[in-house]
Amino acid sequence: MAELPKPLGLLAELTHRCPLGCPYCSNPLALEPRDDELDAGTWSRVFKEAAALGVLHVHLSGGEPGARRDLVDIAANAREAGLYTNLITSGVGITTRTMRDLWEAGLDHVQVSIQDADAVSADRIAGYRGAFQRKHALAAEAVRLGLPLTVNLVVHRANIERISDMVDLALKLKASRIEIAHVQYYGWALKNRAVLMPTAEQVTRAVAAVEELRRKHHGKIVIDAVVPDYHARFPKPCVGGWGRRSLNVTPSGRVLPCHAAESIPELTFWNVRDHALEDIWANSPAFNAFRGTDFLPAPCASCERREVDFGGCRCQAFLLTGDARATDPVCHLSPHHARVVELAAVQQDAPYTYRRM
Amino acid sequence: MAEADAIVDDAKPRLPRGVRLTNSEAQGGWVLLAPERIFKADPIAAEILKRCTGEATFAAIVDELATVFNAPRQRIHADVSKLLLGLAEKKLLEV
Repeated sequence: MAELPKPLGLLAELTHRCPLGCPYCSNPLALEPRDDELDAGTWSRVFKEAAALGVLHVHLSGGEPGARRDLVDIAANAREAGLYTNLITSGVGITTRTMRDLWEAGLDHVQVSIQDADAVSADRIAGYRGAFQRKHALAAEAVRLGLPLTVNLVVHRANIERISDMVDLALKLKASRIEIAHVQYYGWALKNRAVLMPTAEQVTRAVAAVEELRRKHHGKIVIDAVVPDYHARFPKPCVGGWGRRSLNVTPSGRVLPCHAAESIPELTFWNVRDHALEDIWANSPAFNAFRGTDFLPAPCASCERREVDFGGCRCQAFLLTGDARATDPVCHLSPHHARVVELAAVQQDAPYTYRRM
Repeated sequence: MAEADAIVDDAKPRLPRGVRLTNSEAQGGWVLLAPERIFKADPIAAEILKRCTGEATFAAIVDELATVFNAPRQRIHADVSKLLLGLAEKKLLEV
């Protein structure tokens, strides 16, 4: 095994609690209860250990991180550890007062999710009346404070025709960056797959629209786009390679190579309550399970893209083929690719199954 | 902000909120951090960026670096301009 890589990013899931009910929630089916959440002191230790390990960016996420009353202390601790501190929020549950306190604590960046450009549709998708307005208010406060803002759009069949309107909205909110992310089917989102799935024609139009928007708004806003998995020819290099670039700490302190890793039942995760982060990164069975590319079977084993996409996503391989070591079936070279094509063609018009705690 | 092709002498370059220069021992040196982006800063770039605090003028930064590196002012001027304009275009610096 080559020298152990150093992680760059830490996703800190402060809580699984969230006021919204988004049908595409990527959190696992079994949410961790409030009583199991790490306290601010433990997070502080984790941030210091992460910085010593090489981590540069920390993403304070959830659930809705605003559900934590000690969010400001946690953010201050992250900054004190020297980490670039990003808040990933739904915008609901964080008051303008808290936003100011976070700014004072040294928060570096805010990411707010927007469900749609149309208020009624946005609130329907979030399963929360008034969410759209609240998100606007919070985004406006962040910008007023001088914090850089990223707007995150999760794209699926109900809003895929309005990407251009959503980019206009992000510009109106004075976002400096926009992240256009097609739904990825893990956790709760898997329950709503057929209801969320866009058609192939919609995806083709959306990809072209994003390219056009990039040209149109060059220099005004950075547009980052995550490709729609099920309609791709090649898989994504999930989390930049397993145990290579990033780690994820759940509300109760379990450390995962990616936020969906708990969907692979054979993995054993260590907890920050029992082990130092450095020990977990180097030695926990879950991190070493799929490090590198040696475990990959054909067609990856002889593929020149092996070091580009690392065989794709381990969770997706498991969820769609039953084998976490298999080539991600999103890849057109996978023997299971037909299954993905088949699933991508299933669109069902039915009510969402909202996520409720 | 209009894209400039030169930096005026009395400009006071600064890293905007959300862009931060930090020294990471574990990563082996200085890095410039921005939303979802990391740029390794070589020792010279780090010396330049450390001075972009919004207080010192561009001319003063060039003067100081010419002294520190004991190099011709004209060359330092060209190098600093190139770095700062490149960063400004990526919105990683305000000039």
